[in-house]
Amino acid sequence: MSSRQIPASVDSTTFDVIVVGGGAAGLRAAIAAVDADPKIRVGVVSKVYPMRSHTVSAEGGTAAVLRDYDNFDLHAFDTIKGSDYLADQDAVEFFAKQCPEEVIRLEHWGCPWSRDPDGKIAQRAFGGMSVKRTVFAADKVGFHILHTLFQTTMKYERIERLDEWFVTSLILEDGAVAGVVALDLRGGELARIGAKAVVLATGGCGRVYEFTTNGFIKTGDGMALAYRAGVPLKDMEFVQFHPTALPGTGILITEAARGEGGYLINKDGERFLKRYVPAKMELGPRDILSRSIMAEIREGRSFKGPYGDYVGLDLRHLGEETIDRKLPMVRELVETYVGIDPVHELIPVRPGQHYMMGGIHTNVRGETSLPGLYAVGEVACVSMNGANRLGSNSLSECLVFGAATGQAAAVYAKKKGWPSGSAGREALKAEEFRIFDGLLAREGGSETVAGLRVEMQLLMERTVGIYRDEAGLNEACARLAKLRDRFSNVAVGDRDRVFNTALTAVLELDFMLDVAAAIAHSALPRQESRGAHSRLDFPDRDDERFLRHTLVSRTKDAPRIEYAPVTITRWQPAARVY
Amino acid sequence: MAEKDVVFRVKRYRPGHDAAPHYQEYRIPYTDDMVVLDGLNYIKDQIDPTLTFRWSCRMGICGSCGASVNGKLRLTCGIFIKEVRGRAVTVDPMPNFPILKDLVVEFDDFLRKLQDVKPYIVRGEEKPLAEGEYLQTPEDVEAYRQQSMCINCMLCYSACPVFAASDHFVGPAASALAYRYIRDSRDEGADERLGILSTKTGIWECTFVGECSVVCPKDVDPAGAIQNLKVLASIRQMRELLVPKWARR
Repeated sequence: MSSRQIPASVDSTTFDVIVVGGGAAGLRAAIAAVDADPKIRVGVVSKVYPMRSHTVSAEGGTAAVLRDYDNFDLHAFDTIKGSDYLADQDAVEFFAKQCPEEVIRLEHWGCPWSRDPDGKIAQRAFGGMSVKRTVFAADKVGFHILHTLFQTTMKYERIERLDEWFVTSLILEDGAVAGVVALDLRGGELARIGAKAVVLATGGCGRVYEFTTNGFIKTGDGMALAYRAGVPLKDMEFVQFHPTALPGTGILITEAARGEGGYLINKDGERFLKRYVPAKMELGPRDILSRSIMAEIREGRSFKGPYGDYVGLDLRHLGEETIDRKLPMVRELVETYVGIDPVHELIPVRPGQHYMMGGIHTNVRGETSLPGLYAVGEVACVSMNGANRLGSNSLSECLVFGAATGQAAAVYAKKKGWPSGSAGREALKAEEFRIFDGLLAREGGSETVAGLRVEMQLLMERTVGIYRDEAGLNEACARLAKLRDRFSNVAVGDRDRVFNTALTAVLELDFMLDVAAAIAHSALPRQESRGAHSRLDFPDRDDERFLRHTLVSRTKDAPRIEYAPVTITRWQPAARVY
Repeated sequence: MAEKDVVFRVKRYRPGHDAAPHYQEYRIPYTDDMVVLDGLNYIKDQIDPTLTFRWSCRMGICGSCGASVNGKLRLTCGIFIKEVRGRAVTVDPMPNFPILKDLVVEFDDFLRKLQDVKPYIVRGEEKPLAEGEYLQTPEDVEAYRQQSMCINCMLCYSACPVFAASDHFVGPAASALAYRYIRDSRDEGADERLGILSTKTGIWECTFVGECSVVCPKDVDPAGAIQNLKVLASIRQMRELLVPKWARR
């Protein structure tokens, strides 16, 4: 495998399958595809070296039923209840059954899972999971999963990497996907990369928000690529806010801190969750915990700091030995970025955007409505997370659906003929015109990318955050449309072709404005509160009207909203009480 | 928080445009909780959008943002502006790598070397998934845990005088990761890897300066790993010389 064999004038019939994104979902899909068919070649196209992908920042764990005390139905039920009954139950059942195999496979590939004294894979408690089900590697689980997968891809000569290539659009031919147009960041040229099948695995879009745990690269690229190709996005109004991010930076403090016994306390030293989730306390689901923290802040029982109100995460009673063995990264991050030692002091935390339950509308094989186009991981919405994802289900989701999607793409590619290349040539020409002649050569331009980005982020934070209401959502939709207008006047501050991160920032903002509008327009008509979508003006869940998925499609004007049924197999919707 | 001023001196270089690398100075406001990466982002967003550098996670785990800060090799997300001594914060690209633009360097070479040492579990026979995991006690994990922490930030290659003199040298991180798999009880590829590492561009090039372990932000200790690899390679060589083939494991 080498990363640079593909010249800019790449032939349009180069790959059987292209995977866009090199995180856990993308790499798992790439391996599954080459394992499924000994003849195919897979290209992994990523805007960063794959080991920089945001999977690396995941901390707490990955869920799987491995013990006698646990079973698939229990994992499925916890997930469905956590989803506020919006998850498709057939997808969840499939997921729960596949998790153990994927966790064991990662173990066989060398992942350094933490172990029990008898040598078996250890498991820890996590929010919303009724038993210890979360597999972990201390608190660097995403890091170890990503590097294990990345290093394992090096076994496969038929997986080729295109590192630091930024995909700008999908190529369509005869109603099917036929490859991607991508900007080679180092060479500074656009190129068409043909393929029979394309798997989008670009992760979420946390950078649409001002305060997020997500890295800088999480800009919703794949969501926007599919959306622009006419594929609907699903349940985009469901945005997860993680209860414990560091004020100021938004750096994540893992849920494992609570799984290992940490407390959340207010300024009176009180474990305030007894008022909100008495049966679960710190192991309640994230949507409810984030709202509980906001309620404490509203009631004046929070601490005050330079970055606003916060509550305390208390690990002191766990002791130094447990913290160092099970939560070393928490200690490292808090010492570095807050300047205190969690062995002796409270960690300041507040809720921050963390994850998108919504994403590209797919089924359990990752198939979208566009033949040949697949999506997997946070970029996709199967849906198994519904209105609220449980902690440690997302890494498992990347593995389980990464495997299923990679396989499905390989099967599809085997049957599908090579694209002719003419659509690719046209798409490339169009992108050169849009990006080089349009954006890069633009004279004047009174808007800056940083200025527009911050306005969008503050707007989303204020109006499409933890709490929403009709007035705020209307404002969001209207102002996002204005930001879209102003975007046409944005200046690209660097004219150079090579490694132009000013240009990619503009392309990313372009994607984010589409995704932000999809979120706001999906949230507005959902007149109920369910999971992470909490409407002040509609505080109750309304199964009669809204036990259904939102599908949002791009049009020339405002996004179009439709609804699709939720699959219920064995668990009838019930009140969600913890 | 009180705002102060600081001067950032940042090395600029655009191959093909600039005759040679040069410094550009920016005066920026800062607070005590800002890291050097925040300063670079302030410049990019507010002053000069052409300044080019990589970053993502801003929490010391993605490995994107290494640079030389006032002569010290650091992740720019992990060093606070207030910690930097002297009148200016001087930021240079990581040495020993080709510069693509400003602070962005290319290290595809490392990825080829990493691939060469087989950074994955090598086994003669795979246990079927249905039979479950390979058992490893916490002590078994401890044997390779330290070297498994490598984030591929490449600061060790920038610090390594041997790599500076000869870029064929396999280098610290690739060696550490080879050692990580050799020490893993699930792995059977030690012999193969030690053979690969014992060539003239391999571990014997290392003169044990140890700078790699000093600059490593994750305490991976590549220098220690290389010394241990030398011991293992020597034992392997002795066995080849002294033990008849049929008696070797």
